[in-house]
Parts: sequence; C-alpha cells; structure tokens
Amino acid sequence: MSHPTDVVVTGLGATTPLGGDVRSTWAAALAGESGARRFENDWVEKHGLPVEFAAMLKVKAEDVLTRPELKRMDPSAQYAIIAAREAWADAGSPEVDGDRLGTVVSSGIGGIITTLDSWDTMHEKGARRVLPMTVPMLMPNSPVAYVSLEFGARAGAHALVSACASGAEAIGYAVDMIRAGRADIVIAGGSEATIHPMPIGAFAASRTLSLRNDDPEHASRPYDVDRDGFVIGEGSGIVVLESAEHAAARGARVYARIAGLGLSADGYHITSPEPSGDGQIRAMRSALKDSGIAAEEIVHVNAHATSTVVGDLIEARSIRGVLGDDADHVALSATKSMTGHLLGGAGALETIFTVLALHDRLAPPTINVETPDPELVLDLVRDTPRALPGGEIAAINNSFGFGGHNVALVVTSV
Amino acid sequence: MAYTEQEILSGLAEIVAEETGLPADAVQLDKSFTDDLDIDSLSMMTIVTLAEEKFDVRIPDDEVKNLATVGDAVTFIAGSQA
Repeated sequence: MSHPTDVVVTGLGATTPLGGDVRSTWAAALAGESGARRFENDWVEKHGLPVEFAAMLKVKAEDVLTRPELKRMDPSAQYAIIAAREAWADAGSPEVDGDRLGTVVSSGIGGIITTLDSWDTMHEKGARRVLPMTVPMLMPNSPVAYVSLEFGARAGAHALVSACASGAEAIGYAVDMIRAGRADIVIAGGSEATIHPMPIGAFAASRTLSLRNDDPEHASRPYDVDRDGFVIGEGSGIVVLESAEHAAARGARVYARIAGLGLSADGYHITSPEPSGDGQIRAMRSALKDSGIAAEEIVHVNAHATSTVVGDLIEARSIRGVLGDDADHVALSATKSMTGHLLGGAGALETIFTVLALHDRLAPPTINVETPDPELVLDLVRDTPRALPGGEIAAINNSFGFGGHNVALVVTSV
Repeated sequence: MAYTEQEILSGLAEIVAEETGLPADAVQLDKSFTDDLDIDSLSMMTIVTLAEEKFDVRIPDDEVKNLATVGDAVTFIAGSQA
C-alpha cells in the first residue's frame, strides 16, 4: 500500500535508565550497559518487597526541571516534558501553526505516584490537605496535556492507553493523524513513572518480575534460557513526526520514515499472550502491508522481548511466522536487556532505537544472553552492535501489552 | 505559639516561591496575587492548602476571594491563629 502522505521522523528525545537524553542513551545501548540498580531505600525491609531493584532514570527529573514544574507534574508528565523538549529542539524547534501541531503521548498506568502520595496525605492529614493539583496530576492524559500546553499544540492531544504497547500505539496514532491531514507535525511517544513500592509489589504479585536480586544488572535477559521475568523501568521516549512534504519544505533533517503500522488484539487473556502468536502475527503482517514493504526486505527487528519465560517464546515464534526463513538473517535486538521495561514508555523508546539503528546502520546489542534458549531460533545480536547493510533498509518494532494489545511499526531508512 | 506577621510573610513567600518559581523576595505585602504574582485560582488554592498546614489555621473558601494581596493573607492568618 502506498500512502499519499509519507510520515518521517525529524526529532528525537528521551530520558531513560541509560541516560538523560537520546545521545547518551544510544551510546550506552551500543556499549551494552545495563540501567538496572538496587533500591537505595527501605522499601524491601519496610514492605517486604520481593524485588530489590529496578531500572531507574540515570538523570533525575529534579536535576533538570524547576521546582514549580516538579510540584505541578506527576513524574510521568515530568519525564514526558523532558523528552519532548529535547525532541522539539532536535527537530529544529520548527515554526508551525499550533492548529496544525498535534500531540499523542501515552502512559500505560498514569499518575500512580501522585495517586498514592495523595492517598497517604489523606490518611495522615485528612481530605483538606490534599492538594488542588492532584486530579490534573494523576489523570493519564496529564503528560500529553502538559506537552500540548508547552508547545501550543492545538490539532489534538491524545493519550492512548494499551499497557506496554501504549508508546508504540501513540506513534501509530500520530502517523494516522498526519496521513489523515489533521496535522503537519505531531509530537508523539510514551512515558512511565511507576518506581514506587505499590506498583512494583503488584507486578511482583503477578509473577512477571525478575527476582534476580543478587545480580540486578544481569536480571533482564531476553532469550536467555535462565530468564525469569522483566525488570521494571521508568522514563520517556518522544519523537517528532512530520509529513515528508512539510519536513522537506523547511529543510528538516530526516532520521527515518514510519512506513507502516499494524494493530491487533488477542481477545484471549488479560495478561497472557495468545499462545499461537496469531495476534502478534496479524499486527506485523498488517504493518508490512500498510508499508508496502515485503517481509524479505526487513533487516532488523527490535523485539518486545521483556525477558519473561512465555512472552519471549511466543514472540520469537511469531517473528518466525511472519519472516519465515528470512528470520535466519534478520538482526534481532532486545534492548530491554539494557533499559529494563519502561511499560508505556517502552514502545516509544524502542521506536527511537529502531530509527537510530537504521539511521546509523547499527543494530543495538542484546546483553545478558549467556545460554540462548534453544527454542528461540533467531539471529540475535548479542553483546556488541552489528552493522546493517547500506541502501534502503527496513525494520520492525514490536510492542505488546497486558490486555492483548499488539502493535507493530515498520520503519524505513531515508 | 503564634507566628509574628513577619514570620507569616516569610513563610508565605516560601510557599509562593515554590509554587510559582518567583524569587521569595518578590512576595511583598502590597503585591496582588493575581495582578502582580500572576497566580491563577488553582495555584491560589494550592497556596491556601499549604498555608493552612504551615500556620495551623483554617482559611475558609469564602474568605479566599477577599485575600487580594499578600498583606491581606498575612493579616487574615495572623488574626486566625488560636
């Protein structure tokens, strides 16, 4: 399928467990660093938390934002604003009519730290001490609302919620906005801030988190035979998307093209992916069809690969199902091995990695794979980056979420 | 123990500075919350909530509209102390 409106990426921004911006995050990813660290607080003793580590931001929001900004925004919005400012500046702070500028920023869970802190305040001091900003801080559209306010973006402000697929779905929706002619530029991505004992305890209760407490840096190990769950992370990734025509008219630097998106739902189970991978396969096939790219043209896949026992296996089979024998020589990267799982921020950050992989012709590594799971017969990029070919190349970024949400994006070089 | 008006002014200035990003010394008795300090109603209610806790007083919602200047707030808080 060819679209009258090509959508290109002209700006990137991020704050992650690997770095306070895109440049440092990408450098750390290429170097194979881990963002996982032990908690430096009393959560384990105080709450009996079974997980003693997470992938926390490398550069704290307190070191970047002003006091009033920190007080007015939940951390999920703080991270989104930090990443959005970087992405906007990276795009050259384009002159654009606000009515033609859109925003789509998702969070999987929303302002849960504000919610929980406010409940603590009410318990301890009563309802009159709950701050008036509590509702605008905890609402899941708060990150996108602040981004819209910051840039005077009035073409629409949307927060699509699909758990760990949210960040990728936001980018997909932004592509649709531009294709439909509703905006010339859209600031899009995801953000998540859930490093708090309650959500961590709750994820642990669902038995999805790694319990490798004696070795946090080696806990996130997608495709390794000894993987035992994901490492919860936090942060945000934001991209500036633009119609190719608009980008060309202003002479913008173009990183890559978002050529296709595919969405599907499993309709199977609230947390487990459908075992045959049918939903994931339909998402990837839809994305390929939407992009007009043939499966054999794919040279790189940034997998969802969270390091859970079942999830990694099903996705590996799905990728094999879509790419067939070509999967033998498609550079597969599982970057959550380094960043941890940014939940609603993950799909956006991994889109940035996919864009940079094509732009720099370098697939990022997957770390911590000591013994590859023999059932996962894919061409995994291990430990060090791998060069990608020249010419026109294409990649897939997969993102899946609790609830059976499947999102695949096809990205092509320019 | 009651706070002096000077203590209330400096405590209030601290709260306003945290909320708005203005320097604390910009918060003077004759300044209007809306016209000089550019504080909207949501921020004003935040300042009231924080001031109630800090000075252990009750500022009824009906009273807030009468607190046009920083001086009005200091006077009201000083007069409300037990």
